[in-house]
Amino acid sequence: MNERYSRGGSPVVSMDDITKIFPGVKALDRVRLDLIPGEVTALVGENGAGKSTTVKILTGIYTPDGGTIRIDGEPVTFATPNDAARAGITAIHQETVLFDELSVAENIFIGHAPRTPWGLIDRSAMHRAAHDLIEEIGAPFSTRTLLRDLGIANRHLVAIARALSVDARVVIMDEPTAALSHKEIEELYALVETLKAQGKAILFISHKFDEIFRIADRYTVFRDGAFVGDGRIADIDENALVQMMVGRSVEQIFPTRAPAPDSSETVLTVEGYSHPTEFADIGFDLKRGEILGFYGLVGAGRSEFMQALFGITKPSAGTCRIEGAECTIRSPADAVDYGIVYVPEDRGKQGAVIGLPIFQNITLPSLGRTSKSGFLRLAEEFALAREYSQRLDLRAAALDQDVGTLSGGNQQKVVIAKWLATQPKVIILDEPTKGIDIGSKAAVHEFMAELAAQGLSVIMVSSEIPEVIGMADRVIVMRDGRIAAEVTGDDLTPETLVRHAAGITETPQLQEA
Amino acid sequence: MTDTATPMRHVPDRLHGRAYRTLRSWEALLLAVAIGIFILNSFASPYFLDPWNLSDATFNFTEKAMIAFAMALLIISGEIDLSVASIIALSSTAMGLAAQYGAETPVLVLIGLSIGLLCGAFNAVFVTILGLPSIVVTIGTMSLFRGISYIILGDSSFQGYPSSFAWFGQGYIYWVFTVEMLLFALIAIAYYVLLHRTNFGRAVYAIGNNPTGALFSGIRVRRVKFTLFLLTGLMSGVAAVCLTSRLGSTRPSIASGMELEVVTMVVLGGVNILGGSGTIPGVVIAAFVMGLVTFGLGLLNVPGIVMSIVIGLLLIGVIALPRLWTLVANRRKA
Repeated sequence: MNERYSRGGSPVVSMDDITKIFPGVKALDRVRLDLIPGEVTALVGENGAGKSTTVKILTGIYTPDGGTIRIDGEPVTFATPNDAARAGITAIHQETVLFDELSVAENIFIGHAPRTPWGLIDRSAMHRAAHDLIEEIGAPFSTRTLLRDLGIANRHLVAIARALSVDARVVIMDEPTAALSHKEIEELYALVETLKAQGKAILFISHKFDEIFRIADRYTVFRDGAFVGDGRIADIDENALVQMMVGRSVEQIFPTRAPAPDSSETVLTVEGYSHPTEFADIGFDLKRGEILGFYGLVGAGRSEFMQALFGITKPSAGTCRIEGAECTIRSPADAVDYGIVYVPEDRGKQGAVIGLPIFQNITLPSLGRTSKSGFLRLAEEFALAREYSQRLDLRAAALDQDVGTLSGGNQQKVVIAKWLATQPKVIILDEPTKGIDIGSKAAVHEFMAELAAQGLSVIMVSSEIPEVIGMADRVIVMRDGRIAAEVTGDDLTPETLVRHAAGITETPQLQEA
Repeated sequence: MTDTATPMRHVPDRLHGRAYRTLRSWEALLLAVAIGIFILNSFASPYFLDPWNLSDATFNFTEKAMIAFAMALLIISGEIDLSVASIIALSSTAMGLAAQYGAETPVLVLIGLSIGLLCGAFNAVFVTILGLPSIVVTIGTMSLFRGISYIILGDSSFQGYPSSFAWFGQGYIYWVFTVEMLLFALIAIAYYVLLHRTNFGRAVYAIGNNPTGALFSGIRVRRVKFTLFLLTGLMSGVAAVCLTSRLGSTRPSIASGMELEVVTMVVLGGVNILGGSGTIPGVVIAAFVMGLVTFGLGLLNVPGIVMSIVIGLLLIGVIALPRLWTLVANRRKA
């Protein structure tokens, strides 16, 4: 047993032969995972590899159907999430339950606030303790701030403070950097180091390899619910890890494509788009068959501008022309009529209509075409849904299945299918590959290139530099709601993008962003 | 479009056949309940199976059901209108007022329907344009509309409607079949087509399941909701015409408490009170169930208070049963 941990100590948590079966699927098949005090263990795998299921078992949300979980070598069972919390296991992820209307201190201590002898909450003790905690992690807000006034990065800090407050021994971080800017990610790394120094065992889940190699000490790889291997990060390189993950060698290769010729006609012209608070004076041309990237830090106003262009919010000024003709977009319905469609970042809330079957999701904006004088024609709807679900290689049991039962990647396919079925002129993709695995990412990139080749104009909002550089013909960098630069050709390097996004104009000396 | 190199994956259109889906549906369960009550009633009272008695019994639900169909669409879309009974009061008061000045039947009907539409539009403006929650707005207009009736009528009542006006609530089309039954059937068919066979109906479902997603899919959410409030107002106007005609008089307390009976009917019919699902056939069957229960209990001389207890229990029972069933089934599996 001991050769499994050549350098680290003995694990605080070890999972052995854990199996979890859902109706029809074996989500986990005799997997093992060890978490060692003072070390960061990266759990690596594609979507559907069983990472989330593992987290849910560790935090007591699911009960395993087989295998044992040991804490300090003693077998334990978690009947409820409370049992897991009492054993010192805590998780931080994007959906970590926090309460908007409560203060930072209340969020940190909810459920275990210090009490007065009367059994009431000792507010001053609570604020003092909370103050110490946020001091410790260097958070820039007061304990009395209401949570709803904090941004996503600061919410993470509250979640981390909460984890520290229960004196957690194991901290699970599930995609903690997904919504953070570069600077915030750096701060998070520093915090992880602090947690390590305190001897906490950290389980780190991320799709981003640079993060894994930066922060993790050990790795464990799952594939299709099975354990593939584990070891020390120092002993492996990126390619070998990817190979373990996908069972084949996949390099992050973007499809090669000829950029749209200069002679290609302009499809969309935007001039002077402004909004009272979010963005100002946005203008650009978009050519037929072009992929135009929009890069910038989180909060630079990219999504806000796209949603204004799509008619969700109202710009205070600005004009847009489609194929030379002026267009007035007051609602998404107008935008769709003009041939502009938008694949939002928030798939579950804005993208798919959860509760409606797949085929109805796909035909929703195309009902005008599948129906006859306002009356539905189901045969036409199924035909359209079949065509586009095949084009996107949708994986589903049936087209009348609720779209909510699909995985994230397949929901994204339904959203894209929905828009392609309207035969748009311009498709706006907002963080199209966020949170999806390497295999699906490549498929999305491939598909994007194919669409552009067929003459569709693509606007791609992305925060992932390799994706922006690999896919876009031309990149507009936004900063603080304005266009900071337009980058093409040989200038299209990570350094230029980061420099413009961060507002570093002259210094060639670039610290790692 | 060009063929891609990816292998074609076959995804079937539907997972289950029509028979399976029908048998598993809420409507099937509700129909069984309706038939059960019908059989019970026919044993309980010798007067139950008399055609004329049965015909009289339909008045228990026809007017409510007319509103319930429009309300079903509104609730599926995630909104509600609690002012419907007050719209009836206001609309009836307006007709009564017009009748005092000698207005003829067609004019009265026109006024009744217009007031319904106007009240619906009033609600719609607050909900869809100002973005206020419909439950709050319509609780407000519930007091407002009926309050106007009380101001106009005080303790008195309007009578003296033209004799031809009685046709709507008291007339017969053929043998035992009343005018209201015909209206009920026509409106049921119209709403069935609207909800289940048109793009508009699909938009209603989409909005109820995910209003943001529907908006982001290019559905004109406000326009659809505005229309639904108009329809509910209009149906309240139709019900006002029928009820006023049947009673032959208008008091400000007319139809009081009816909004909750309408909502009960809709929910009993399997419409999710949180929006997103439900069908018109379900509401039709629920209308019959409620009508049969009240009529059966009436024949047995059960007092009104007990009747409302029975209706309440029926609603909770029919809603809890499937839930209990799945709980038991899951426990057995685990």
